[in-house]
Amino acid sequence: MSDLNGNHTTTTSLRLKVGLAEMLKGGVIMDVTDAKQAEIAEKAGAVAVMALERVPAQIRAEGGVARMASPKKIKEIMASTSIPVMAKCRIGHFAEAQVLQELGVDFIDESEVLTPADELHHVDKHAFKTPFVCGARDLGEALRRIAEGAAMIRTKGEAGTGDVVHAVKHMRQIVKDMRSLTVLGEEELYAAAKEFRAPYELIRMVAKSGKLPVPNFSAGGIATPADAALVRQLGAEAVFVGSGIFMQDSYTFAEPAEATIRARAIVRAATHFDDPKILAECSEECTGAMKGLAVAALDQSQMLQTRGW
Amino acid sequence: MPMNATQPLRIGVLAIQGDYDAHATALNELGAQSILVRKPDQLTGLDGLIIPGGESTTFLKFLERDGFLKSLQSFVQTTPTFGTCAGCILLAKEVQHPHQESLAVLDATVERNAYGRQIDSAIYNGETSLPGGPLEMVYIRAPRITRTGPAVRTLAERDGFPVLVEQGHLMAATFHPELSSDRRVHQHFLDLVRNHQSA
Repeated sequence: MSDLNGNHTTTTSLRLKVGLAEMLKGGVIMDVTDAKQAEIAEKAGAVAVMALERVPAQIRAEGGVARMASPKKIKEIMASTSIPVMAKCRIGHFAEAQVLQELGVDFIDESEVLTPADELHHVDKHAFKTPFVCGARDLGEALRRIAEGAAMIRTKGEAGTGDVVHAVKHMRQIVKDMRSLTVLGEEELYAAAKEFRAPYELIRMVAKSGKLPVPNFSAGGIATPADAALVRQLGAEAVFVGSGIFMQDSYTFAEPAEATIRARAIVRAATHFDDPKILAECSEECTGAMKGLAVAALDQSQMLQTRGW
Repeated sequence: MPMNATQPLRIGVLAIQGDYDAHATALNELGAQSILVRKPDQLTGLDGLIIPGGESTTFLKFLERDGFLKSLQSFVQTTPTFGTCAGCILLAKEVQHPHQESLAVLDATVERNAYGRQIDSAIYNGETSLPGGPLEMVYIRAPRITRTGPAVRTLAERDGFPVLVEQGHLMAATFHPELSSDRRVHQHFLDLVRNHQSA
């Protein structure tokens, strides 16, 4: 095969991208805003960090246009840790993605947490060597992102709230959608593709295997060890924890000692997600959680999850 | 032939985190029984163990607790163990870039992230001493074996550095055979487990 000598054809490239996603399974990816937090994250056992200027809770509270973090910030975080570093670009902002690839980040999150740059188009992720993760609320949305080249899907949930309710809703929806496909006859899959607004080939793949062709992670409101265990038991293969580790409330950071305790406990819970005895220990170790915002009390216009399609 | 040649081998896969499912699939395809290992007491009664790819720093965090490191250290002294990527880092006597703790049983020095970041990840076809021609090797943020001791046998190289090695009952790869459909490397490990039992 001509693509097995380091040349990046689409197939080789996708396998390498999904390969890194495979290595992150079972772990916790933590949002960090500086080198000190990245160090705490790595020491607590995070499998990767997300380099940000502001965590989602701060973005939500402060408002304004949220953009890619500054290269200086990203480089500072990359230099401070030996684990993979991710960074976010705005939906559809392929120039920000080009910058992130140039900086050498290991994964790009095309994220609804930042202000979208394109109301119609997401980034053509096949055009990049760097793998992408994208958010989804249902199977159709997940498969549209995979068609564009995403190597990992995560639930959108409702970022920056510390309320797990929509991460649960989206994971349940994706799993339910996948299950519904597995009982369909071959001839019914064409209409299913139309209904899910997703490519037929991907629909067929899910119908056969009962799972996504790329790893399926959870994000958006996970704040406690029990939250991490909950989404893992619902089918998430790993978890992203954003504001839940380093924030006390939407404006102030938690004490480093407190953040360390939370980070360790959530990491342990993500691995032992089906062992209530260990979960009880993790929950007891955790002395507090971010104050949070109840998603049910949010106005529709404040929802980040409706960004993208 | 060993007495239990008809019994399926019970091979543990360290499942703290990483691509342990891919290893379990490979083992099951070859007729072995895979057992996910998340706690030290789950090491009991295994014929062999695979330490998968993932983040070695995360593995170490879990090993620090509940005497896991000690249990695993005594397990790998005597029981066949195969480490891929992060697993290879864990087995090595010395780890660099940065220096970190390990099980220190494989007489080798391993440098973490030696080929660069994800953008430098690659798939190569290479010669090995396994029968059956060139082998596909998937490297993801791979480490590099920079030194091997006299007891270590090199089965494959990339750019002059060992990428697949064995030392008695131990095996290590800096790439991910579990991410390829070719099962020769896993078969080689299962053969090693059988030979170890009959020895």
